[in-house]
Amino acid sequence: MTAARAIAAGIAALILGSAALLAGQAQTWALLPADLAAVRFTLTQAALSAAASVVLAIPVSRALFRRRFAGRSALIGLMAAPFALPFVVAVLGLLTIFGRSGPVNMALAALGLPPFSIYGLHGVVMANVFFNLPLATRMLLHGWQNIPTERFRLAQSLSMPPSAQFRHLEWPMLRAQTPGILVVIFLVCLTSFAISLTLGGGPKSSTLELAIYQSLRFDYDLGRASLLAIVQFSICAGVTLIASRLTLPDGLGSGLQGFAPMMPAKGWRRSADIVWISLAALYLFAPLCAAMIKGLPGLADLPNGVAAALARSVAVALGSSGLCTGLALCLALAAAQDKNRWIEVAAMLPLAASGLVLGTGLFIALRPVARPEDIALPITLLVNAVLALPFLVRLLLPAARQMNANYGQLAQSLGLSGAARLRYVTVPLLARPIGYGAGLAAALSMGDLGVITLFAGQQGATLPLLVQQLIGAYRMDQAAAVALILVLASFTLFALLDYGARRYADT
Amino acid sequence: MLTLDRLVLTQEGFHLSADWTVPLGQKVGLIGASGAGKSTLLLALAGFVAPTSGRILWDGKDLAQVAPGNRPATILFQDQNLFPHLTIAQNLCLGLSPRLQMTQEMALKIDRALARVGLSGLGLRKPGQLSGGQQGRAALARALLRARPLLLLDEPFAALGPALRAEMLALVAEVAAETQATVMLVSHDPQDIQGFADRTVLVAQGAANAPVETAALFAHPPAALRAYLGEKSPKK
Repeated sequence: MTAARAIAAGIAALILGSAALLAGQAQTWALLPADLAAVRFTLTQAALSAAASVVLAIPVSRALFRRRFAGRSALIGLMAAPFALPFVVAVLGLLTIFGRSGPVNMALAALGLPPFSIYGLHGVVMANVFFNLPLATRMLLHGWQNIPTERFRLAQSLSMPPSAQFRHLEWPMLRAQTPGILVVIFLVCLTSFAISLTLGGGPKSSTLELAIYQSLRFDYDLGRASLLAIVQFSICAGVTLIASRLTLPDGLGSGLQGFAPMMPAKGWRRSADIVWISLAALYLFAPLCAAMIKGLPGLADLPNGVAAALARSVAVALGSSGLCTGLALCLALAAAQDKNRWIEVAAMLPLAASGLVLGTGLFIALRPVARPEDIALPITLLVNAVLALPFLVRLLLPAARQMNANYGQLAQSLGLSGAARLRYVTVPLLARPIGYGAGLAAALSMGDLGVITLFAGQQGATLPLLVQQLIGAYRMDQAAAVALILVLASFTLFALLDYGARRYADT
Repeated sequence: MLTLDRLVLTQEGFHLSADWTVPLGQKVGLIGASGAGKSTLLLALAGFVAPTSGRILWDGKDLAQVAPGNRPATILFQDQNLFPHLTIAQNLCLGLSPRLQMTQEMALKIDRALARVGLSGLGLRKPGQLSGGQQGRAALARALLRARPLLLLDEPFAALGPALRAEMLALVAEVAAETQATVMLVSHDPQDIQGFADRTVLVAQGAANAPVETAALFAHPPAALRAYLGEKSPKK
């Protein structure tokens, strides 16, 4: 309990302290026209991305809800993957499909149409949709499955036509769920630095985070970077505040099997469902598969330093995962017992801080004591652990509450406490969410391309940074090969932690 | 001896008072409508609900500051009495060592307790591999090992059929006799209470009434009990 309070206070100090430090560093509060353009672009791309993701997720999740087909549960399971997929890999996949020499532009050229450029606003939105359409789909699928089956049966027994079922059963669910989903995805898109770094750029399509990065790394203008970071922090904090007032649906956990409602509408509705599911699957998996296939031949001709970068990435990912899981478990156990919610609130604080904002704060704070490139990896480890904390606490908290409800009084009445309780009750009963969360934290850290870009020197790159550097140098084949290694390593870490915990829980 | 000294329990929209004693070794039933506060009273005795006012005393000692695990009581809940990931033997061991450090001597005791409740040789099974009745027996075996002088039963056998439930209650009576424990049994089934309890507490209208001899209570049920039983008053 005291440990959890100390952790919560530490997180609050780190985030609010960074913000205060940045506010102190900003020499002026006047935003340049370019900065205002960055604010506008940041908000526009996030709003468009959120709207597109949710609008598309409605027919896709509805089709997935009412159709049963071979591979359905595999598809739904895979839809959880983009959340933990390294940004650069997805960007590379989209570049492979929609890039200058990709199949889409080849087809356009064959038809004599002008080429399509993936760079700029629509490219950023496409990449954001790639990441968030699956998330929105899973969240909405939850909503659909939470409509009691009896109501569908009742509607059918009353011969309600599909339109009436939609109006009376499905629309109320959508109205309740979509605001929360929109806000969550808007928030995610506000901090999708890696996407704007690779697909945005230029004065017309620069996000705030990109502007922070440029003023810190290229202009070395700490005052301006601080000012921009404060603006970014304020926007995210405001959106987080709004999000905390809405009921947020759950899309990360498992348990999306459910019962098939006995209402598989026939005719054109069936065809429409098939089209939606196919399009979504194509949009999600074609870029990934393309990137992987493109990477295969390059494995024979890897650039220098891949092995060292892999070792760095794995070390940072494991450290970050261990730290994050430990902190999250401590916070979740305390929050599950505590009536007042401030530990939970502290655990959600990192949502308001993007990696770039925290990174800028730490960069300025630590500059007098250490050279940025010397502390790049420990800082990346720490920031990634803190940033993944809200997700892990949200994963663990319901399980911890459930455990307390089922076995809390039993453990207390038997006098089980302290280390014995942790070892014999808590860890075995929470093994699954702990393993899943540790895997998630490892994968998130493995794919991170945020804070590392602020600190890393020419040497000492992690795998995602290496991929980004190769994309920047237009060495696409090598980039694809390294990206393939990144995906495999990331997936292996996740699978090992998740599977290991399942095995442990089952014995 | 258990003493409830002007005890008042309050929860949201709920209020229960009790002021009586139970001598050592007596078997007391608690009966009343659901929501009347039977379970809450038991949870207060086990240390999970703090009294709003008044005291709970065991042999004259106030239990207010005693943690649930250190109270002179063993409680069996409606379900979840065994940890599903631990073996039956480990679950029983928790009754002897909360740190789950099993010694040779404990292993012998556990074997004996398992034999006593008819579960010989099942120590290495997980609770999920046992039937509902067997799980109840395992929980009772742990109560036997803990040997606390107050045994609190919150409808632990509600999921079992009538015959099996009667069998389990008979086993409870034997275990209680061996450990000379005072038993408090919450049940919504008048037959359970009549078959088991020496005395019965009627929980109704915000009060847990002082225990009355069971046979007398059911022979001349007060209005609240008649309303609960819902029969034409069985004045035999």
